[in-house]
Amino acid sequence: MTKLESKIPEGPIAEKWKNYRDKQGLVNPTNKRKLDIIVVGTGLAGASAAASFGELGFNVKVFCIQDSPRRAHSIAAQGGINAAKNYQNDGDSVYRLFYDTVKGGDYRAREANVYRLAELSTEIIDQAVAQGVPFAREYGGTLDNRSFGGALVSRTFYAKGQTGQQLLLGAYGALSKEINRGSVEMYSRREMLDLVMVDGSARGVIMRNLVTGELERYSAHTVVMATGGYGNAYFLSTNAMNSNATAAWKAYKKGAFFANPSYTQIHPTCIPVHGDYQSKLTLMSESLRNDGRIWVPKKKEDAEKIRKGEKKPTDLSEEERDYYLERRYPAFGNLVPRDVASRAAKERCDAGYGVGPTGLAVYLDFKDAIERLGRDAIETRYGNLFQMYKKIVDDDPYETPMMIYPAVHYTMGGLWVDYELQSTIPGLFVAGEANFSDHGANRLGASALMQGLADGYFVLPYTVQNFLADKINEPRLSTDAPEFEQTEKGVRERLEKLINIQGEHSVDHFHKRLGKIMWDYVGMSRNKENLEEAISMIRDLREEFWKDVRIPGDIHDVNSELEKAGRVADFLELGELMAKDALEREESSGGHFREEYQTPEGEAVRDDENYMHVSAWEYKEGEQPQMHKEHLEYKDIEVKTRSYK
Amino acid sequence: MNFTLKIWRQDGPKDKGRFEKYKVSDISADASFLEMLDILNEQLVDKFQTPVEFDHDCREGICGTCSLYINGRPHGPDEAVTACQLHMRHFKDGETITVEPWRATAFPVIKDLMVDRSAFDKIIQAGGYVSVNTGSAPDANSIPVTKKDADLAFEGAACIGCGACVAACKNASASLFVAAKISQMALLPQGKVEAKERAEAMIAKMDELGFGNCSNTYACEAECPKEISVSHIARMNREFLNAKKDSEK
Amino acid sequence: MKKKGFYWASITEKTVLAIAGLFLILFLLVHLGINLFLLPIAENHQEIFKEAAHFMGTNPVVKVFEVILMAAFIIHIVMGIVVQVQNWKARGKRYAVYGKSYSSFGSRFMIHTGIAIFLFLILHFINFYFIRLGITEPIAGADVTAPAEEHFNELAIYLFSNEVLYSVLYIVAFGFLAVHLNHAFQSAFQTLGLNHPKYTPTIKKIGTIYAIVVSVGFTIIPLYYLITG
Repeated sequence: MTKLESKIPEGPIAEKWKNYRDKQGLVNPTNKRKLDIIVVGTGLAGASAAASFGELGFNVKVFCIQDSPRRAHSIAAQGGINAAKNYQNDGDSVYRLFYDTVKGGDYRAREANVYRLAELSTEIIDQAVAQGVPFAREYGGTLDNRSFGGALVSRTFYAKGQTGQQLLLGAYGALSKEINRGSVEMYSRREMLDLVMVDGSARGVIMRNLVTGELERYSAHTVVMATGGYGNAYFLSTNAMNSNATAAWKAYKKGAFFANPSYTQIHPTCIPVHGDYQSKLTLMSESLRNDGRIWVPKKKEDAEKIRKGEKKPTDLSEEERDYYLERRYPAFGNLVPRDVASRAAKERCDAGYGVGPTGLAVYLDFKDAIERLGRDAIETRYGNLFQMYKKIVDDDPYETPMMIYPAVHYTMGGLWVDYELQSTIPGLFVAGEANFSDHGANRLGASALMQGLADGYFVLPYTVQNFLADKINEPRLSTDAPEFEQTEKGVRERLEKLINIQGEHSVDHFHKRLGKIMWDYVGMSRNKENLEEAISMIRDLREEFWKDVRIPGDIHDVNSELEKAGRVADFLELGELMAKDALEREESSGGHFREEYQTPEGEAVRDDENYMHVSAWEYKEGEQPQMHKEHLEYKDIEVKTRSYK
Repeated sequence: MNFTLKIWRQDGPKDKGRFEKYKVSDISADASFLEMLDILNEQLVDKFQTPVEFDHDCREGICGTCSLYINGRPHGPDEAVTACQLHMRHFKDGETITVEPWRATAFPVIKDLMVDRSAFDKIIQAGGYVSVNTGSAPDANSIPVTKKDADLAFEGAACIGCGACVAACKNASASLFVAAKISQMALLPQGKVEAKERAEAMIAKMDELGFGNCSNTYACEAECPKEISVSHIARMNREFLNAKKDSEK
Repeated sequence: MKKKGFYWASITEKTVLAIAGLFLILFLLVHLGINLFLLPIAENHQEIFKEAAHFMGTNPVVKVFEVILMAAFIIHIVMGIVVQVQNWKARGKRYAVYGKSYSSFGSRFMIHTGIAIFLFLILHFINFYFIRLGITEPIAGADVTAPAEEHFNELAIYLFSNEVLYSVLYIVAFGFLAVHLNHAFQSAFQTLGLNHPKYTPTIKKIGTIYAIVVSVGFTIIPLYYLITG
């Protein structure tokens, strides 16, 4: 396959989804019982899809890597979920949400998908409220909204700082309902280690039971993957420890194209790294930038003294502080989008103005806000975040400025999917962060929850059904089929190979080294030379890993070192593809910033002429991957340069 | 900082298990408890020994996966945190720290410090939801909910399902977990419709799975990382008695 | 796992336990009210006590209540034990480090204080209640002639004045009862679902006051006779 068929339906943009549904294939209720669907992952996309399939009457098997479907990392999303409800009467509309999302994505997302997302956003809120999700409310009993980055309207619905948790528990409830009804079978503590292909279609999976260590085979008429993003390639990220790219990577190796792997989102407000023992980074909500002012010392000597602990930030007068965002972007100030804020922080720290013991931190100061609004007002707004910060850093942000630094947060890239969310492998659907479809080169705040749930509740139930409408005569496939046998054998051999290396270094040792390469060379700011170097360094590291990793314990047992090893082995391949994609994309767009392509003031320069496309990579065994382009057309939006000055 | 760790090791569900002592040194006071365990495991790998298995995932206190009973307290000696948010500065240099898995008949040990909490999922499956299918929801603002009820419901909904309540309770009772869900749903008009069936079904399931009874000692409330109040347990009792009153069986 | 067929939900068990307990709490107040007349708080306190004892021993309505009271005792004790056994089973393997989670002192030892009170109750029954039923003989030395309940006052005063061990046991038992009641009072309300941010703190206070009044009230009597004895 060389041409990417996006299968966008006919008609004006506002009617495409309706046209699709009017003409799609349906399956009658008796036949639905004969059709099996495998869903991998129980985050927002996976849980909502599985529940909805179950309600329709399909036979569903759901798998999650955690001990319970309720623990998927969607649970950690803080801020909120966007929806074009226009409850605030402030001029919001489906078109406006669509427009903001495409613009925020720096014109690198597929128009039709984004429009559908904006359209479905309103139904998500209805569904969640009906499930008993306790969104924040006004005294009159109606739903409250707040505003978020990249938008001029208040369209973000929220449940304190735990919106992801509440939405996930809503979907988990729906899933539990279907498990109780018997339409969905739940398998927890299972990790997908390969996809089983029969006659060119996805027909099953090989799972490792993480309790017994045994390999298990499952067959179905179609496989839906909602396995999340690959931010953990950087070792340190805001992702959960178990978040990984293995399922997606296996699918890639079976023929699913991987799109835009270089698009990663670095979130500007995270708690800085404080030691090499650190295992993960904690996000502080974007909302803090509404009242906090970001600064570093104006003089290098001051920065140095602060790093050594000889001076305190509160010792510096107003004149000695550099509010660099306000200086560089007078119009948006501290509220510039995530990618811009992150790069600016890195620029200051690299130039030697960073604070904190490592020099890799900037201040987020609430002094002025506290003086203006009073301590109580700040406590009401951000109390829980301040408390969280204090617990981790042991500093009181009411007294001394917070220290923050950017961290890897989300990956916009993922498996390539068409309008139906089907990958280039027939029968393999991909939803949520695992696919690439809606956020282009940069995701707006409060849009990830929206996309995951739109995919699961409202897109897949239609598109998967359309796919299955042709399969009603296809009998269930026995897992004794040779394709299963063979795939399982491959998985087993790889596990044995890993555990038999018995080298010198632990899995984390390699993961940390990979993370450092990725962060230094394929991080916030990239250039040709570094990317080329990264590719060769990753190759060397990969080779070393396969010679020198040490995994204690047994295959047939709980063995978290073995689990991690498999994931890191895949990150060592994916990391190279990320660098390759970044190298190939000779422009700066969204989260992808190439130093060669910037204005004299350091702003990103896009190249719409040559790069207004999705880069979809095809795996070639023993060769370099091949890149395919899906050209993006903007008929309903005028393409402009983003400016925040 | 240096510590002696006394950690419960158990090879599998059927193994008898035992405590083993380990020493870790040069631990930063800013390291989290789980990061300290990571360092220990790194040491064990270096010595060709099997690392200590423990459940963990998000490491920011929201997924509810970590489940360590540290020095006699679930999630250790700090208030309103999970073990992943507990920092070593809460311990004394040179201290011996005892780490045990959650102990409850309904939470059997899988390996070392890892326990099986699927009983919680089974309780939710028995009725911890609103039976509404995708697509059949009315407009979100069609039913107003008082802010007070929405906020109270949120309090219950904030439960992360970690099981600290069961671990802390001298009776290994799951009352706070079950009550948080029953209460959340009973407070909202959307959940009220099937409130009675829900209360009966979830409580029956909780009993069947072998959790103990609530004797109102309130250790659950004291240890809940999300500080969920026992007033939700009273509401659950109310809901249950209401359901019984109207039951035709 | 509970028995199939006959299943009482945990909350049903707890509710029964709580209602029986609340009945006993009420009874204790009545009992205390009468007992206080063992003290010279009025000129004719002995007569009032006798009259009350006679009333309690013969009135048909009180007789009915007596049956209910006995049932409440039995139900409270049996349910308490059933619930406790379930609780021990639910823990399974014990922790090596004793639980340090904050919980009120009384709540941790309900079964222990309960058993102590039960043991005292047996002694109490042997000395008083069973006499009336004709099961046991009055203690030698006490000057009693039938009917028994009208001489409880003499019996009690004899015991308190002469049997130091009995008085000590009596006082200790009420110490246990105080701890038991302090938790029991508010616990019963919580079990019945009566928890309210505004009223619960008051209920807790009343419970503590009640526990103190009952235990102090009962223990003053032996103390008085021990000292004056």
